[in-house]
Amino acid sequence: MRRLLISALLGSVAAVATGGAFASDELHKMTQNPKDWVMPAGDYANTRYSKLNQINASNVGKLQVAWTFSTGVLRGHEGGPLIIGNMMYVHTPFPNKVYALDLAQDNKIVWKYEPKQDPNVIPVMCCDTVNRGVAYGDGKIFLHQADTTLVALDAKTGQVAWSVKDGDPGKGATGTSAPLVIKDKVMVGISGGEFGVQAHVTAYDIKTGKQVWRGFSEGPDDQILVDPEKTTVLGKPIGKDSSLKTWEGDQWKIGGGATWGWISYDPELNLMYYGSGNPSTWNPKQRPGDNKWSMTIFARNPDTGMTKWVYQMTPHDEWDFDGVNEMILSDQQIGGAPRKLLTHFDRNGLGYTLDRATGELLVAQKYDPKVNWTSGVDMDKNSPTYGRPKVIDQYSTDKQGEDHNNKGICPAALGTKDEQPAAYSPDTQLFYVPTNHVCMDYEPFKVSYTAGQPYVGATLSMYPPPGETNMGNFIAWDGKTGKIVWSNKEQFSVWSGALATAGNVVFYGTLEGYLKAVDAKTGKELYKFKTPSGIIGNVTTYEHGGKQYIAVLSGVGGWAGIGLAAGLTDPTAGLGAVGGYAALSNYTSLGGSLTVFALPQ
Amino acid sequence: MRIIGWVAAATILVAAGGTAFAESPGDPAAVKNEDGKYLDKEGNPTYKIVEGTVDWYTYSGYRRYHSECHVCHGPDGMGSTYAPALKDSLKTMSYGDFLGVVASGRKNVSSSQENVMPAFGDNPNVACYMDDLYVYLRARANDAVGRVRPANHEDKTQAYTQAENSCMGRK
Repeated sequence: MRRLLISALLGSVAAVATGGAFASDELHKMTQNPKDWVMPAGDYANTRYSKLNQINASNVGKLQVAWTFSTGVLRGHEGGPLIIGNMMYVHTPFPNKVYALDLAQDNKIVWKYEPKQDPNVIPVMCCDTVNRGVAYGDGKIFLHQADTTLVALDAKTGQVAWSVKDGDPGKGATGTSAPLVIKDKVMVGISGGEFGVQAHVTAYDIKTGKQVWRGFSEGPDDQILVDPEKTTVLGKPIGKDSSLKTWEGDQWKIGGGATWGWISYDPELNLMYYGSGNPSTWNPKQRPGDNKWSMTIFARNPDTGMTKWVYQMTPHDEWDFDGVNEMILSDQQIGGAPRKLLTHFDRNGLGYTLDRATGELLVAQKYDPKVNWTSGVDMDKNSPTYGRPKVIDQYSTDKQGEDHNNKGICPAALGTKDEQPAAYSPDTQLFYVPTNHVCMDYEPFKVSYTAGQPYVGATLSMYPPPGETNMGNFIAWDGKTGKIVWSNKEQFSVWSGALATAGNVVFYGTLEGYLKAVDAKTGKELYKFKTPSGIIGNVTTYEHGGKQYIAVLSGVGGWAGIGLAAGLTDPTAGLGAVGGYAALSNYTSLGGSLTVFALPQ
Repeated sequence: MRIIGWVAAATILVAAGGTAFAESPGDPAAVKNEDGKYLDKEGNPTYKIVEGTVDWYTYSGYRRYHSECHVCHGPDGMGSTYAPALKDSLKTMSYGDFLGVVASGRKNVSSSQENVMPAFGDNPNVACYMDDLYVYLRARANDAVGRVRPANHEDKTQAYTQAENSCMGRK
């Protein structure tokens, strides 16, 4: 129950710090009640950990399906439902339906919301028409629609309270991310990294939908909301024009740096955290410079948007290693001293641990041993390249240049992990990370920019690491030391968000459609059940009527549905690996449904 | 950008001219070589593969496909969970229809499925490489190239380079 303590601490400090009746005070209190699941990751720290322990390592093998619900949508289903009291809120990919189900009335549909959206937004969405879920606050449900409309729905009736447009789909901006309510604001990020969008995170007033602030990923200081003196990078002031200096001419205006990942928040430090994505285009030769602040961890003040610190993980990206993955906040001891940590599993294959108050880099280690594009991050504080990854020339698509096919880069563009969020258990002090185990060939070439059209500029093909047959691993990671504690092979990429519980059980889904339960300490598989379709959703737990439930959306798709539906590149293509890459279509098919599990009566 | 406009216009003409929906693309055998672009007996672009060496268009099409198209249509034209496998579509789709769909897009929206292909007519990264894409996918549809990057290819001709530069608006 270490977490109780920490939570209580955070809670009390938050009350002192904020002093007002913000929506997030109510929310923060609600996250203390493990019966509910009130925000996408379960809590502000993005731990995806639940104190419920009715289902535990000794009885999880008896789990049964309690009820199911079809969403009526066939595309890829990311994210997961929210549970607040008797109500469950289930979202879908485009057309972005939201269902409110009454758990006390046999899961009856209380209301349903289905926006009318121009279907022309569909092909502007890079990789399927996914949506990562809704947020709750101030009696409202917030949905970020594909066409970038952020809509506030009355949680009781589904009536639209307000709506606001966050971007222009005509220029390639789309909505896929889950919003997060902080204080009296709704925070939302935007997609469009493959369309040259100058991406941003925006805060909207929770009562009216009025824009309060907007922080861009790249651009002039007043657009990216930094103070040249006070905002820091690795402990030093960021300086004037920190972003502009790292782009050629006006390229930052089509610079990408999308913000479609997860947002986390520390009420005590009053800082929100998220990552920015790849710079546009994928051809690094066309955009010389570090391309700041793409591929960056941002710590911002949620009241003003002002940036406290930044850290760019992959300067001048050459592989599409978006930095958008979740930031998980934990309080652990490092070197005998208690530290406020931020842990992040980046697409680039490195697991980072930073001090979340200062942005000091503590750990940067590969969380898949196959990662080969870098020999590691320079941790010497006195070095001119402090904090930068050392890039291996052979895998540098910039050094090798345009029209050169760079072979055998690990990981592939989809990263060692993509958006599928990891979980953290304060009981074991381990992170549970769903990963991809895929490498690629990458060939950049010249492209031209047209507003609203893809701006890619690289050819790539993906395959498992040479000599291996599994394309995924589910691992336990020690964020203090940067070491893998245990690792389970999975035939396909694990594209489902994990759930850790006080029952010493960790849950995740697989692309074939299995919901799996494993022992938190050893990784031993304790239970599996094949749901109707492949799982790219996140596992959730809640309690209702004295019973603990495990819920997960299935519905294969997303980026995983692109390469993997077809099977990756032909295994006979000279890599010498044997079989095992059979197409995912041999295992599962489309269809969105929610499957809810419980122990037998 | 004049050439793009021209491609799109020609496309609509061709598409309008051919009424048949499932018109077979016909025999892919190359009977003519115009500066590295091979044509079948109907005068439509086609591939030419001799002992594993592919023509420039097939190779270029492979590259462009895996930049612009594979994000929806899957690697090697194999399809995805939300867009058709073009290695199959191209078995029954004529050259004219292909150009028409790529230039103008297509909507297939029903109560259970929403598939929308955007119009690429004014995207030079696609419009300047329509024939390359067609030739590559035609080769895939006829199993003339496998699920691999073509290992050897003919050189890019000067005529091709000139046309490409002018279409892409490069000097």
